Amino acid sequence: MIPNDRKYTKEHEWLLIEGNVAKIGITDHAQDALGDIVFVELPAVGDEFAVGDSFAVVESVKAVSQIYTEAAGKVIEINEELDASPELLNSDPNGCFIAAIEFTNLNEDALLTADEYAEFLKSEE
Amino acid sequence: MRSEYPLIFERSKPGRRGYDLPKLDVPELDGLIPEQMLNKEPLKLPEIAEVDLVRHYTNLSKRNFGVDNGFYPLGSCTMKYNPKINEEMPALFNDLHPLLDQDMAQGAIDMMLDLDRALCEITGMDKFTLQPSAGAHGEYTGLMIIKAYHDMRQDYGRNVMIVPDAAHGTNPASAAMAGYKIREIKSAPDGSVDLDALRAAVGNDTAGLMLTNPSTLGLFERNIKEIADIVHEAGGLLYYDGANLNAIMGIVRPGDMGFDCMHINLHKTFSTPHGGGGPGSGPVGVKKELIPYLPYPVVMGHCGGAATLDYDRPLSIGKVKSLYGNFGVLVKAYAYILSLGGKGLKEASENAVLNANYVFNRLKGAYGVPHDRICMHECVIEPGELLEKGVHTTDIAKALIDRGYHPMTIYFPLIVHEAMMIEPTETESRETLDAFVDAMLDIARVAKEDPESLHKAPVTTPVGRPDEVAAARKPVVKYED
Amino acid sequence: MRSYVPNTEGERKEMLSSMGLSSMDELFRDIPDELKLSRPLNLPEGKSETEIRRIFRAYAERTNGSMPLFRGAGAYRHYIPSLIPQLLMRSEFYTAYTPYQAEMSQGMLQAIFEYQTLMCRLTGMDVSNASVYDGATAAAEAMLMLRDAKRKQKILISDGLNPDVIAVIHTYARFARLECVSIPLNSDGTTDMDALSANSDGAAGYIVANPNFFGCLENMDEISAAVHGFGGLLVSYVNPISLSLVKRPGDYGADIAVGDAQPLGLPLSFGGPYCGFMCSTQKLIRNLPGRIAGQTSDAEGNRVFVLTLQAREQHIRREKASSNICSNQMLCAITASMYLSVMGPEGMYEVAMQNLQKAHYLRDGIKSINGARIRYENTPFFNEFVVEFDKDSAVINALLKKKGIVGGARLANYKDGDNGILMCVTEMNTREEIDALITALEEITK
Repeated sequence: MIPNDRKYTKEHEWLLIEGNVAKIGITDHAQDALGDIVFVELPAVGDEFAVGDSFAVVESVKAVSQIYTEAAGKVIEINEELDASPELLNSDPNGCFIAAIEFTNLNEDALLTADEYAEFLKSEE
Repeated sequence: MRSEYPLIFERSKPGRRGYDLPKLDVPELDGLIPEQMLNKEPLKLPEIAEVDLVRHYTNLSKRNFGVDNGFYPLGSCTMKYNPKINEEMPALFNDLHPLLDQDMAQGAIDMMLDLDRALCEITGMDKFTLQPSAGAHGEYTGLMIIKAYHDMRQDYGRNVMIVPDAAHGTNPASAAMAGYKIREIKSAPDGSVDLDALRAAVGNDTAGLMLTNPSTLGLFERNIKEIADIVHEAGGLLYYDGANLNAIMGIVRPGDMGFDCMHINLHKTFSTPHGGGGPGSGPVGVKKELIPYLPYPVVMGHCGGAATLDYDRPLSIGKVKSLYGNFGVLVKAYAYILSLGGKGLKEASENAVLNANYVFNRLKGAYGVPHDRICMHECVIEPGELLEKGVHTTDIAKALIDRGYHPMTIYFPLIVHEAMMIEPTETESRETLDAFVDAMLDIARVAKEDPESLHKAPVTTPVGRPDEVAAARKPVVKYED
Repeated sequence: MRSYVPNTEGERKEMLSSMGLSSMDELFRDIPDELKLSRPLNLPEGKSETEIRRIFRAYAERTNGSMPLFRGAGAYRHYIPSLIPQLLMRSEFYTAYTPYQAEMSQGMLQAIFEYQTLMCRLTGMDVSNASVYDGATAAAEAMLMLRDAKRKQKILISDGLNPDVIAVIHTYARFARLECVSIPLNSDGTTDMDALSANSDGAAGYIVANPNFFGCLENMDEISAAVHGFGGLLVSYVNPISLSLVKRPGDYGADIAVGDAQPLGLPLSFGGPYCGFMCSTQKLIRNLPGRIAGQTSDAEGNRVFVLTLQAREQHIRREKASSNICSNQMLCAITASMYLSVMGPEGMYEVAMQNLQKAHYLRDGIKSINGARIRYENTPFFNEFVVEFDKDSAVINALLKKKGIVGGARLANYKDGDNGILMCVTEMNTREEIDALITALEEITK
């Protein structure tokens, strides 16, 4: 459940990077820890974020989780499907991005490979 | 057992009516309001006969549970018995318009001053405002007062409020509304303030620290003097969250512990009923230096003369609510204080602490105990080994419902995993406490023998566990016909 | 004296000794001795019920709430059906806490759901919360909603709002570092539309009252078009009693409707407890502060009510919550529900109509008095209007009081030098009372 095609963060987000665009979502581990997701607060296209900013919020019934970005830049696309169907983040976390950011700066130091992320999950247990 | 109950809208029949009014006794004129301003549709309100409306609410009330129905050990909420005499008194003032000339309202203003003075004596503060409507509203008011104080001293950089991670959620939320940045500090494992973490957190930007004592784990903060010194030396002020005041009346006072500003939840410690969520009342008390910043009007006493409402308060933070506060709630709280007197208030706190320890002591062994020491007015336990059986705090709470009790506070404080916070209050007898503990012990037994059955609880209620996920994903928040 | 502690001295001792303790003092050994109060609390000795009654009757005797009343200004005397105070004594409601345990709180949760529905139907809005402290704090919370929804720090505030509402808005704005810009009224007592558009740059929206503090009905269609025209949101502060007669906020496209539900069955009670209501469009539901009840089902498919959208609230979102509010005015909101349900569509219309007719009857009577002027004579109004006399308003009211009448609110209390008196008439004022007031004013102004 940890695909090799992307990078990960210790905040349990994934970044699928193509050129200077990063699609960002949450990992299977994150959705499992949150439980049933009931709402996703999406950014607006055109919003700009710096490294470490929270750009979205994911809500379950009794918890909220900020989603942070390690890619600084402008939002060029959001996953509007999540407005009506937030549960997609539970059923298909890896296939369901939250927003795409066209970045000018990527905090590579904070990014893990799939193997490193798997290691990190083990160490957190 | 299971049953739905029709909504008032589903009972509506065209043409039914439950009201009557005297006939209009002045000539009726037409065209008083221009056509384009008129609402031409009748309101879509229910049409109900009086008897059906009375039965509707009477039957709804039977699907609810209050302190008068049974034991309600909801931690941090102080669900003590609400004496009936208190409920009678506010009606004496029902017809009193808030903007009457002072001479027509003197008795009401005097009552507010007398309450203010009693609260000062109980807490060691110098002056109260009775305006805030609830605990969170009080916090917000107090934090604005602290900001105004720093600003007046041209100490503009103090914009950080320190909040322990064990604090009630209202603390950081109130601080944010009052314009502060929040610096959360980790608590020591027993829920007390970690002095090193506090020392590292304070500085030139510290506006203050919000704290409740006893802590949200129901334990007295033994280092309170040092905490006060650290914050004061850094130039900050100490805010007391009065949610847990029921533990200490007549024993120790926030004002003597070094707190500069505080609120009281009259709907907790001073026995005014919670009304299913409100109205509450959250008077804010301050030390002398902060009096100029209180919301206006301030109820002023005068040597030998009548109390007055003082609006001329140039340094006041302003108003936090219209008029003077939840006056009817103030009346009930003052009736309670008068009933008990100083000795009775102390007796109330002593017995609140006694009852909590008695329950705590009897539950040890069957449940996990994060901190095994004398608690104050409430205690915190955990499912302990029951978790291995797949039984969670929720299951225990729901099983209590089937045994006739309102559950304790669950999943708070956040720093205890699967916390259960029990506050019996002083108004419960030993038999009630024993029966509750027996129910808890029985639940622990069932959890080991037949854990599956607890997941089905409650079974004795009109409805089963609600699907909260569906409720939040596709909110239905009103009736549509 | 009693502390409502059932356990006897003997039982307390037994409980202590079961824990290996011998005195109450040992329970408090965590408290450093030097902090402890070394004396008894300096409060009067505890009193019996009989004495408590005597004490409060003595306070009440130094008040006078029995005279004919022509004062409103935010707090209104209306008819309260007898069933309301009696039903409010159902202790399953009044001694309950917030309905966190849905299965044993269906009564309260359903009552909240009904309240929300009733308020939506009254205001014409999509959604309602379960109440906030009062109308003034509802308006202040609405201001914070504007800020969050529009991410702008500038809010336009009508001078026609109740001065207490404006004061509370200013307090909240000062500490949230919001810029409040006052929009003045024209000489006819309604919004200066030129000032509204001149200040619209960068504004999140406009908060306006209808009827406003001076009783005047605003042209809400025009205001709504103007506010939406500059991309702002409209907050309408309304008197709930007026809404069967005048357009509802939803009818003219308001984004948020707020106000105080006190006129809906709550006694004057020297200023509280009252009840702030907040309704909004569906789009703004996640910006609404406070509790909201929702409908769902249990495993067997029964209809169940729960508190929902809790992730907005302080106990989950902490400093990022939409508001810090926790306790609200639940029982007062239920009071409003009872009132709206018993009055029904016809009753609400009749009450509003009587207010309107009687207020105009007084206005017409005063108009013919020498030395009296109606301030906004050509502006439509509901149940309040401003009158000025040649004599000082303080003198007028003092002389009325001598004749056993409580006159309107003196505007000098809000603005230095304003000699106006804000008269209020409700269905509770009989024609005899109104005639007596007119006669008294004729005599006083002679």
